[in-house]
Amino acid sequence: MTVQQEFRVVGSRPVRPDGVDKVTGRALYGADFNMQDQIYGHILRSPHAHARIKNIDCSRARAMEGVLAVMTGEDLQEPGSRVLGSGEGAIALRDLTPMVMAQGKVLFHSQPVAAVAATSPELAALAAEAIEVTFDVLPVVTELHAALAEGAPILHEDRFPDGQPKEPTNLATHISAQVGEPDAAFAEADVIVERTYSVPMCHQGYIEPHACVARVDGTGQVDLWCSTQGHFTVRGYTAALTGLDEGNIRVTPSEIGGGFGGKTTVYLEPIAVILAGKSGRPVKMVMDRGDVFRATGPAPGAETRVKLGATRDGRLVAADVECLMDSGAYNGNPAGFPAFLATACYKLSHARSVGRSVYTNKPKIHAYRAPSMPQVTLAFELVVNELAAELNMDPIDFRLLNAVEEGDSNMLAARYKRIGLRECLEAARTHAHYRSPVAENGGRGVAMGYWINAGLQSSATLNVSADGHVAVLTGSPDIGGSRASMALMAAEVLGIPLDHIHPQVVATDAIGHCDVTGGSRTTLATGQAVIQAAEQLVAEMCRRAAGEWDVGVEAVTWSEGAAHSDQGCLTFEALAARAGSMGGPLTVSSSLTASSAAPAFAVHICDATVDKETGRTTITRYTAIQDAGKAIHPDYVEGQMQGGVVQGIGWALNEEYLYDDQGALQNPGFLDYRIPVASDLPLIDTVIIEVPNPLHPFGVRGVGEVPIVPPMPAVAEAVFHSAGVRVARLPLNPPRMVAALTGDDDLV
Amino acid sequence: MSVSMNKLPVRTTINGEPRIFLAAPGQVLADALRDELQLTGTKIGCNTGDCGACSILLNERLVCSCLVLAVEAEGQSLQTVEGIAEDGVLHPIQQKLLEHGGLQCGVCTPGVVVAAKALLDANPDPTEEEARYWLAGNLCRCTGYDKIIRAVLDAAATMREGDTP
Repeated sequence: MTVQQEFRVVGSRPVRPDGVDKVTGRALYGADFNMQDQIYGHILRSPHAHARIKNIDCSRARAMEGVLAVMTGEDLQEPGSRVLGSGEGAIALRDLTPMVMAQGKVLFHSQPVAAVAATSPELAALAAEAIEVTFDVLPVVTELHAALAEGAPILHEDRFPDGQPKEPTNLATHISAQVGEPDAAFAEADVIVERTYSVPMCHQGYIEPHACVARVDGTGQVDLWCSTQGHFTVRGYTAALTGLDEGNIRVTPSEIGGGFGGKTTVYLEPIAVILAGKSGRPVKMVMDRGDVFRATGPAPGAETRVKLGATRDGRLVAADVECLMDSGAYNGNPAGFPAFLATACYKLSHARSVGRSVYTNKPKIHAYRAPSMPQVTLAFELVVNELAAELNMDPIDFRLLNAVEEGDSNMLAARYKRIGLRECLEAARTHAHYRSPVAENGGRGVAMGYWINAGLQSSATLNVSADGHVAVLTGSPDIGGSRASMALMAAEVLGIPLDHIHPQVVATDAIGHCDVTGGSRTTLATGQAVIQAAEQLVAEMCRRAAGEWDVGVEAVTWSEGAAHSDQGCLTFEALAARAGSMGGPLTVSSSLTASSAAPAFAVHICDATVDKETGRTTITRYTAIQDAGKAIHPDYVEGQMQGGVVQGIGWALNEEYLYDDQGALQNPGFLDYRIPVASDLPLIDTVIIEVPNPLHPFGVRGVGEVPIVPPMPAVAEAVFHSAGVRVARLPLNPPRMVAALTGDDDLV
Repeated sequence: MSVSMNKLPVRTTINGEPRIFLAAPGQVLADALRDELQLTGTKIGCNTGDCGACSILLNERLVCSCLVLAVEAEGQSLQTVEGIAEDGVLHPIQQKLLEHGGLQCGVCTPGVVVAAKALLDANPDPTEEEARYWLAGNLCRCTGYDKIIRAVLDAAATMREGDTP
């Protein structure tokens, strides 16, 4: 593939097309939409974290005036053994359905048990309380090692590790991978460092709670409006859970108020559809913030042991990685990626990696930005830093000696094409931040990270109006400025003014299938569909001009938004105006499964100072360097980098799910689950490296995910250098740092 | 708790226009703005005063409208995000958020716009630190705040230049 290098508008920073609506409050998010004559749904949630449901008596709720529908888990389709394909992988219904509503047993606190729809939200809440549920309460386990211990309460008595029916355990998955002969290779090492680090369960923390409105009309057609990262996924999941035909469901995506992976599934939607079907009225549902924390899928907590060996001249010779991850109540398969990708930044011919995940009485984990990669990278990068220190080598020089480049493979056996990791490291080494002296009492940490990035399915349609404007339709919800990148790419190919391009995200029946906005894939894959469609439109324009001039199409060229030949010039606007007499309306579509996904790499530098009296850590300077391939709209590439960094800082320093011994979340709100606020942070400096992806026409790589991978080790390393102690458990919050500084091991 | 159908009339001025609406005694102002007046620019992220997405000005004072009862607005003057632009002309903070890419998903943006306007009304020349502390009640999970802070400081500079005769 020829990768375009020179651009007319790509790489510029125009105001995003949806921007004015979003700064004036006009943009409609999940909870901002209402349907005529709608009623309101409310979910009854379990007060227990582990219990059998003996009986559900809905008679009192049903009898209340204004209550129009009641449902329980039995109204969902029996999960059976069915597996659904989805954007970022497959999911078994037995792991999906009970997250929407319990199937006979509750496995985490606040799991949905029943739901009602009534004429007001207050009445619906009262009616839900009137449902009487008899529970047989069971012992609870929330901690990873306790869940694996002998005699632990078993969450799934019908599930066996490796599919071998023996005694059931809470082991959800167990996978391993190996390249070379790591045991023999460690014998060649001059220096070996082995450490174990753990990270708590945390939440994506999107500001907009889940919300939807559903309507079932007289012919059985379902209209569903919701906030989601993927409305085609919502359609498929909702069909599977309700038993309705997918073709009868139309899902219209609202604007989405953050997701970070957390909105790539369904929670409310199948419930709203069933209640709407039962009541004959549209049903609106909005999730409470506490329930977002308690009962949607957080990111797994994890414990990772990393052993690395190197020769005295700084070559890594062997790696041994073992990761134990929290799956929550159902199988979220969190341990796959770390097992295969832990070593992905390094040339390592000998490595072993083991990933295990464990069932606990907590909500099933779900995707959060580069799922599972930050947890394992924390341990890996901190051990790399210790090795470099033992060898008296600069941590960036050590990484440059060992960094992967074109032709190297990772443990998924994927051979890298042209990648930009070395360029990122070189940029870090020469950056003013890295060359500046470290503040007195402060510390500096360096870490790097990798993410695989996704391609998957995307579609785009371009409709041309008679005045030469172009509607660019896709099915990829715009979570962070992707309308702007779609418009820039279309304008680049078509050669017409940017403000003649009108990007829209449209409903499931108005565009070909699009997988979720996730996996760093939207600008990459959906953008490629837009580029292809625009190229088709240019080809059609040239064909029509050739007909007009009575010349062969090979005699026509396209530039500056016009067809040219020795017969003259026909502009895009002129061809659009005469479309009716030159072959009919101008509309083109492109659908593809993108194979252009390219690995993303980033290098981060963090300066931090720990107040040794209070244990509080202040991030004083931060620089993120990342290979974007090509930044279509640099503002939004930088924004992804800065946002990912700050999420990683929050995870490193503060964010943590805290459960009591009965499995109730103790901090289900933004006051006690404290995400970073503006006054916690410095400006986040960014450097975009552009090593074009050879598989993409514009050289694009995904950018959204890798920025959250290096921050935890970069922060932890800086904290170590400031405080003088290494702490094996994150977050590095004030109590833990004070305990570490005073030698109180119980808290560390 | 019982469901009261007895709603009270509330007379207010919202974004310069007289508005009368009905509110249940326990209804918070954020819900009333959104559900009774269809002013859905005011977002609800937490309903506990922690996220700032529902920020409005109540008699020019910055408040979380999820922490104010709707009936408390009786006789008061409110400004919501819908009233920040005047006659279709964006306020400098709105314009600068757009120019700096100071929003990604945009759901915190209405609250940021209202809070930043209140800051610039109170302090036309804030330092970066003052801007960060003023906006510490407005959670943003997408941007890391960098471009928001740059936009606020740039808007302040623009407004100061505009004030110079």
